Amino acid sequence: MIRRRRHPRRDVGRELDEAAVTADELASPDAVLDIRGLQTVFRSDEGVVRAVDDIDLVVRRGTTTCVVGESGSGKSATARSIIQVVDVPGQVEAGRILFRPDDSRPAVDMARLDPRGEAIRGIRGREIGLIFQEPMASLSAVHTIGNQISEVLELHTDLPPAEIRDRVIEELRSVGIPRAEERIDAFTFQLSGGMRQRAMIAMALIARPSLLIADEPTTALDVTTQAQILDLLGDLKRERDMTMIFITHDLGVVAEIADDVVVMRHGKVVETGPVDQIFHDPQHDYTKELLASLPQRHSATRAVVTEPETPPTTTVGGSADESVRHTAPDVTPLLSVRDLRMEFDTVSGALFGRKRKEKVVAVNGVSLDVLPGSTVGLVGESGCGKTTLGRSIMRVYQPTAGEIRYRSGDGTVADLATMSEKQLLPYRRAMRMIFQDPYGSLNPRMTVQQVIGEPLRVAGMAQGSELSDRVADMLDRVGLKRAMATRYPHAFSGGERQRIGIARALITGPELVIADEAVSALDVSVRTQILELLAGLQSELGLTYLFVSHDLSVVERICDRVAVMYYGNIVEEGSAAEVFEDPKHGYTRALLSAVPIADPRLRGTRERIVYRPDDVPAADDEAA
Amino acid sequence: MVTQSTDERLDEPDEVVELVDDTGKSRTAVTSAPQWKLIWWRFRKHRLAQIGLIALIVMYLAAAFAGFIAPFNTTSYSGEHAYHPPQGVRFSFAEGFYVHPTTSEVDIESLERIFEPDTSEFVNLGFFVRGDSYRLLGLFDSDVHLFGPEDPDERWYPLGGDRKGSDLWSKILYGSQISLSIGLVGVSISLILGLFLGGISGYFGGWVDTVIQRVVEIIMSIPTLPLWLGLAASVPPDWGPVPTYLMITVILSLVGWTNLARVVRGRLLQTRDEDYVIAARLDGVPTNRIIFRHMLPSFTSHIIASVSLAVPAMILAETSLSFLGLGLRAPAVSWGVLLQDAQSVNTVATAPWLMFPGLAVVIAVVAFNFVGDGLRDSADPYGKRST
Repeated sequence: MIRRRRHPRRDVGRELDEAAVTADELASPDAVLDIRGLQTVFRSDEGVVRAVDDIDLVVRRGTTTCVVGESGSGKSATARSIIQVVDVPGQVEAGRILFRPDDSRPAVDMARLDPRGEAIRGIRGREIGLIFQEPMASLSAVHTIGNQISEVLELHTDLPPAEIRDRVIEELRSVGIPRAEERIDAFTFQLSGGMRQRAMIAMALIARPSLLIADEPTTALDVTTQAQILDLLGDLKRERDMTMIFITHDLGVVAEIADDVVVMRHGKVVETGPVDQIFHDPQHDYTKELLASLPQRHSATRAVVTEPETPPTTTVGGSADESVRHTAPDVTPLLSVRDLRMEFDTVSGALFGRKRKEKVVAVNGVSLDVLPGSTVGLVGESGCGKTTLGRSIMRVYQPTAGEIRYRSGDGTVADLATMSEKQLLPYRRAMRMIFQDPYGSLNPRMTVQQVIGEPLRVAGMAQGSELSDRVADMLDRVGLKRAMATRYPHAFSGGERQRIGIARALITGPELVIADEAVSALDVSVRTQILELLAGLQSELGLTYLFVSHDLSVVERICDRVAVMYYGNIVEEGSAAEVFEDPKHGYTRALLSAVPIADPRLRGTRERIVYRPDDVPAADDEAA
Repeated sequence: MVTQSTDERLDEPDEVVELVDDTGKSRTAVTSAPQWKLIWWRFRKHRLAQIGLIALIVMYLAAAFAGFIAPFNTTSYSGEHAYHPPQGVRFSFAEGFYVHPTTSEVDIESLERIFEPDTSEFVNLGFFVRGDSYRLLGLFDSDVHLFGPEDPDERWYPLGGDRKGSDLWSKILYGSQISLSIGLVGVSISLILGLFLGGISGYFGGWVDTVIQRVVEIIMSIPTLPLWLGLAASVPPDWGPVPTYLMITVILSLVGWTNLARVVRGRLLQTRDEDYVIAARLDGVPTNRIIFRHMLPSFTSHIIASVSLAVPAMILAETSLSFLGLGLRAPAVSWGVLLQDAQSVNTVATAPWLMFPGLAVVIAVVAFNFVGDGLRDSADPYGKRST
C-alpha cells in the first residue's frame, strides 16, 4: 500500500531544516497551523480550476476548527493541500502552511516540503492524523483493520510486532469498538458503517498526532451513529489534548463541536470567527444566507412556508384551505395503508450447495393514513424500510400482503395492492413520485420537454403544441424558463433537475405526491428553495404529500403528521408537534436527541439517548 | 413565490463546464445538443480514432471502386510474369510516367527466375486509361482505370505479381470487397442475434435468462478454430463463391453473437434499476416503449462501440479460415485467399511481396480498433473520460 523508500536520514533532516521557520513568524504563539495565501490549482488542458484561492487560516492549539461550505467550495481541497495529498493534476501553487506540532519545536513550512519526500511522510500519519468521509473507500477491503492500523505504527515507530498488536487493540478499545481483540482481525466489510469509521479514527490517532483533520467523517452515517462518532471525537480530543480541523457541510454539526468556524465559498474564505459569533452575529451575507436556509429544530419559525400572494387558482382533489391542513380526525383519508408487508427474496448459500431462499422483511405490517391536503413525514434511518414503503405504495413493487386503499375524487375507494398494471394506470396519474437522486431520475437521452411530457403523451392526454404548452406552463410553475424545454438534463444543476422532477410529477395533475428524500441530495440553500417550491405548489394545487426523509429537521419544518419507522415497523405516529415535542417511543427519543442543534449556545443542554431494544436485530454497535 | 427561483447559485453544473471544455463548443450549443452530437464532438478530439476513421473511409471507398482503381481485373494474368517483383513508377518529361518492361530468365543453377528491365523500352503509364472491362458498383460497365499502362496489353506490377503473374495490387483491391464487407455483414447478423437474445435474457430474467446464458457459455467454451473448421467443412466444395461467402458469414456470426448478447444483457440489467426507468413505469409508459425509447438509447452508443470492435475480429476470422483453405476458395478473391500463396516459407523468401495482403489486414484491423476505442471513449459524453 505505502511504498517505503528509505532516503538517508540526513536528507530528511536537511529538508526539514530548510523548511523550518522561527516561531515568531506564526500569527499567534498558540497556533498549531497557520496557513497564509494558500492556492491550490487544478491545471489540465481543459482549463484551470482554482479549488483553493488564496486562503488564510489559523488553527489554535487545543481547539476544534470547523471548515464549512457547500459542495465545490474547496473545503476538502484545503484539507488535502495541508498534508500535500491533492489529487492529480492539482498542485499547491502558492502560500505557506506553517505547522508546529508542539510548543517546544520550530514550525515547519509544509508547502516547501517535497510532496513525495520522506519528510512530509514523517508528518502525515504521525503528526497529523486524517479521517475521510467514506470509510469503506478509505480502508482497504483486502487487509484486516488490524493490519492497516499496525502499518501506521510500523512506519513511524520501531516497536516489536507483539507490542504493536497490543497498542492496536488498546486503541480500538479506546475508540469504542467492543471485543477489540477479536475485531482486530476483522475485514472492513464485516463491520458496520459506524464501526468502520471508528476503526478509521483509531488508525488516524494511533500515532498520537497533535493535529487531526477530519473530512466530513459523519456525512455518510445515520444521525444516531453520527452523534456517537461526534461524541467520541470530542472525548478523544479532550483526553489527548488534540487539535482538530473538522470539515463539514452541516451547520448543525458545526454548532455542536466547533470552537472556531471558517466559512468557505468558491475556494475563498468568506468569514472566520468563533462559533458563537458566526451563529449569532454573522458578518458576511453568505453566512447569513446559509444560516437562514438552515431548518431550525425547536425554533419558532415553523411558518417559513409563506403563502402565495395570489389566491389558489385551481383546486385539484382536496382543498387547499389552511384549516384542512391541520387536520380534523374525522376527515376521510385520501390514502390508507393497512398491514402492508413487503418481503424480498434473497438467494444465499454456497456456490455448489443447495440454495436457500431467505426472506428479507423490508416493511413489516405497516398501517398509515394520509389525509387529503396534509403533509405526512415518514422518517427513519437508512435500511428502516421507509423508501420501500413509499415505493410499495406507488406499486413499484408488488406488496406481499396488506391493503393500499386509495380514495378517488368521486369518493370511490380502491385497493391498489392487488391491481394489475393496467388497472393501475389511472392511479398512476393521481399518485406521483419525486425521486431522491436528481441525476439518476432523469433520462439523460431525453430533452426536458420529452421527460415532462412523457406521461401525458403515453396516456394520449395531449399532443403536439398542446403538449408543449402544458410542459411550458409546468416549467413556469416550478420556476424554470420555458425556453429550457429543448435542453437535455445534463445542462442543469442539481436543484434545477429536482425542479424538472417535480414538474414531471405534477404534469398529470396528481392528488398525492410521494417525495422520496426529495431534497437530501441538495445543498442547504438549494434545499430551502425546493422546500419552498413544494410548499407553494401544495397550497396552490391542493396537493397531499407523503414526505420520506431521514432528515428530521426538514420533516419537522414541513410536515403536519410524522410517522417514525424502525426496522420495517412504524414505531410512532402523530402530529408533528406531538412527535417532536413529546416523543413517546424510545427510538424516536434517541433519534431526536441525536439531531445536532444548530445553536452553539444550546450545546450540551440535552442528554444523548441511546435506544437499545432487546428484541430487534440491533443497531450499529451490535452488528458485526 | 413559485416563480422566484432562478436565482439558484449553482448556475452551471460541473458536467456542462467539462463538456464545454471537452468538446470545444459553446455552452448554449452543449446544453441542447442531442447525444449523437456530443459523441461526435468528443470523437473529433480523439486523434487516433480520427486517423483510423479516415483510413477506413479510404479503404471502403477503394473497395467500392476497386474496378476503377485497380489497373487490371482479377482474371488477367501473364504466365511469363509469375512472381514478378514490384515495379516503382518512374517519371521523365519526355515519356511522362513509365516503367521498363522486363524479360525473365531462369537461372540454371538456382532455378530462380530473374527479371531484367529492358531500359531501351518503355511501358507508358497514364491516368484514365482504357484496359480490362469491369462493372462499377454492379451498375455500370466500364473499362476506364484510374492509373495504369496506356496500352492494355502491357503489364505493370506496382506491388509485384503472384504465382500466375496476376497483379497483386489489383487483387488486394478486389479482395478488400469481400474481406471488408464480411466483417460488416457478419457483425450485423450477430448484432441482430445478440440484441434479440440478450434483450430477452436481460429484460425478462428468470429461467429464460438462465437458459440463454448457459447456451452462450457453451458456445464460448468451444475453442473457436475447431468450431469454425467443423462448420466450414460442412460447406460443400462445389458451391459457388456467393453461397460460400454467405455461409462463411453465417458461421462467423453464429460464433460471434455471444459477446454482443452479453453486452446487451448486462446493459439492460444495469439500466433496469435506474431511477428514470422506474419513473417511466410510474408515468404509465408501456413496457415496449420503456425498452425501446427509454432504455435502449442509453446504451446504443456502447453497442456501436462494441460492434466496431467486433468487426476486426470477423475480418481476422475470415482471413484465417480462407488462409487455411476452409473459407473462400479461388477464383474468389479475399485477403485470406491471397495469403494462401504465402503459406510456404520458400515462396515468402523469394517473393516477400506476397505478404502485402497481410499488411492490408493489419491496417484494416488497427483502424477499426482505433475507431472502436475512440467511440467507446466518446460514447458516454456524461462520464469521465478514461484517458
